[in-house]
Amino acid sequence: MSTPLKTKIQVPRSRDLEVNGVKYNRSGASRSNFEMLAWLFMRLSGIVLVVLVFGHLFVNLMVGEGVHAIDFGFVGGKWANPFWQVWDLVMLWLAMLHGTNGVRTIIDDYAERNVTRFWLKVLLFLASGFVILLGTLVIFTFDPCPAGADPELLASFCHTV
Amino acid sequence: MSTAVTENENQDVQQESSSEAIPTYDVTLKVRRYDPEFSEDAHWDEWQLTMYGTDRVLDALHKVKWELDGSLSFRRSCAHGVCGSDAMRINGRNRLACKTLLKDLDLDKPIMVEPIKGLPCEKDLIVDMEPFFQSYREIMPFLVNDDHEPTYERYQSQEDRERFDDTTKCILCAACTSSCPIFWTDGQYFGPAAIVNAHRFIFDSRDQAGDMRLEILNDKEGVWRCRTTFNCTEACPRGIQVTKAIAEVKKAVFASAL
Repeated sequence: MSTPLKTKIQVPRSRDLEVNGVKYNRSGASRSNFEMLAWLFMRLSGIVLVVLVFGHLFVNLMVGEGVHAIDFGFVGGKWANPFWQVWDLVMLWLAMLHGTNGVRTIIDDYAERNVTRFWLKVLLFLASGFVILLGTLVIFTFDPCPAGADPELLASFCHTV
Repeated sequence: MSTAVTENENQDVQQESSSEAIPTYDVTLKVRRYDPEFSEDAHWDEWQLTMYGTDRVLDALHKVKWELDGSLSFRRSCAHGVCGSDAMRINGRNRLACKTLLKDLDLDKPIMVEPIKGLPCEKDLIVDMEPFFQSYREIMPFLVNDDHEPTYERYQSQEDRERFDDTTKCILCAACTSSCPIFWTDGQYFGPAAIVNAHRFIFDSRDQAGDMRLEILNDKEGVWRCRTTFNCTEACPRGIQVTKAIAEVKKAVFASAL
């Protein structure tokens, strides 16, 4: 944003909140620790995510047959194990909240109008809420061989069980 | 340049050699002009000047104002880096015009001088500093102490004084705050200068309102909006470690909130 230009000289305005789009007083102070906790969360979740994400990449891409082992069965097998269910769940939540908070601060920093800021945040929170809920649902309810399903649609290993 | 020469012969020699010692060069000065009485748009004006090697950007502005175009407007008071009036954007960086030597700039290109960003421009290089001082006032930049007034001064150990020595250097020139990209957005962020001046009292052992200042800076627009881009530290003409001071206030806010 370039320096806003003032087109006419104003009267003394120590009490004015906004003159020609320039805010002279800070909008109402919020007495809460939210910003501090958000700041702290970014640092802590960042550290945990480094471990989770690189552990995830290592197990999926390098252990055993490596990247060639990944298929429907591989993912189904992982989610049959509670350890990987918890790993993926924590990774999903931390990554989504970390990313959402990051984008929230970017919106705060770059959106100049309050209305733009509000709607961008609504869109952001809806989108990340949807992904978090859907991801959580899938991790907990995933069943590679649902009972009573059409055999044609099932994965090949389901028939051998 | 020596002036303590008494003999005439020596003086002549001295003058000759000193006039040789100071090189002159031609510089192009471009200034962002804005005058609401004539036009609502800002434009660039350009001047060719012959300046000396000892000159500063402020001297170039003086030369224009005093000899070429008296309508050029800018603030300056002491002209020696103490009052903090002449902060401006010189070649895209916030500097005091009185502390920026021309010889340190790339003179092959025009010297670009603009008003500091993020504060409303009144005319040419003069900006409205009111939003800046508003956030300065909000952090209560004065000593608060409810104890009985001592007969003489309030004693303080050298170590306690050293704790906030760096942030006492601030001259409120607004170079840091107006170099901060977060402040540019909507001017609601307290800004580095206000936090530096809060730091000066928060870590002063004689002051008793540190917790109140920490609460003020624990605001949505307070220290947590700092993204540690270090623009403020780079811009500070007094060499204050601004980003470090902000980080120390962050730690203090955190410690007091827990």
